[in-house]
Amino acid sequence: MSELTGQIAVVTGASRGIGRAIAEALVAKGAFVVGTATSEQGASAISDYLGSAGKGLCLNVTGEGAIDEFIAQVQNDHGAIDILVNNAGITRDNLLMRMKDDEWNDVINTNLTAVFKLCKAVMRGMMKKRNGRIVNIGSVVGTTGNPGQANYCAAKAGLIGFTKSLAQEIASRGVTVNAVSPGFIDTDMTRSLTEDQKQRIFDTIPAARLGKPEEIAAAVAFLVSPGAAYVTGETIHVNGGMNMA
Amino acid sequence: MSTIEERVKKIIIEQLGVKEEEVKPEASFENDLGADSLDTVELVMALEEEFETEIPDEEAEKIRTVQAAIDYVTAHSEE
Repeated sequence: MSELTGQIAVVTGASRGIGRAIAEALVAKGAFVVGTATSEQGASAISDYLGSAGKGLCLNVTGEGAIDEFIAQVQNDHGAIDILVNNAGITRDNLLMRMKDDEWNDVINTNLTAVFKLCKAVMRGMMKKRNGRIVNIGSVVGTTGNPGQANYCAAKAGLIGFTKSLAQEIASRGVTVNAVSPGFIDTDMTRSLTEDQKQRIFDTIPAARLGKPEEIAAAVAFLVSPGAAYVTGETIHVNGGMNMA
Repeated sequence: MSTIEERVKKIIIEQLGVKEEEVKPEASFENDLGADSLDTVELVMALEEEFETEIPDEEAEKIRTVQAAIDYVTAHSEE
């Protein structure tokens, strides 16, 4: 009997990278995982790798009413949601001087506003159960800042304040809200960096390597486990020592 | 079949963990029955489920006493 057996988990942005590693880690602990992707193709890829332990669904988190519809569908098909991992995120990097309103809005809407909506949509079910786990995936740059990423850093820093506020609101109902802030992890998002950018980043990481998606998933798996019931409003930094809060 | 008043009072007793004799019509959830703001949100959620209705936020904010809850449900239940 695994510790998450019988629990329903939602992981956004689960088709690849960190989201996929999280989905696989939760399945390994016995949860049924609904993973989301922005395309039908991504959703079916999730269904393929999860097999009978989960399902991939298409969700565009910025679509009007899309989140409420999605949560209602999951609850209808699989039951009340026990675990929500807000992992979906995008970057639209640009120097502030050149940053378009769209580049700002897209990042804030996907990385921050969607988290608000998803949390709100699962709240009633978790409060009624007197049990629930929410994990928001932040980023080291939400703490340190990063030139060219004012939009992304603002969203990720905002996520931490959001996490702490919601944690205080609902701690008395047995629902915990935490964040995991990855450093530089080996995913498609960091693979798009230039060699020069990577070298400069390596120089700032005491562990002298990129992190693995599984190393983020391990922190998430801890936070959703029964043993973490008394941890809330916390941010776990997983960054090879790159930034020590 | 219980009356609306009885059903509303039963929910208040369950949600707020108070005694039946405390649930007087004029009793305020927050001032007299020890509810915090989250308790009142949950109370409205419970009323919505019991009476299969949706209470808009601006209406929910006005439901601060036992009588206000009974009045709201009475006014909005099918007759």
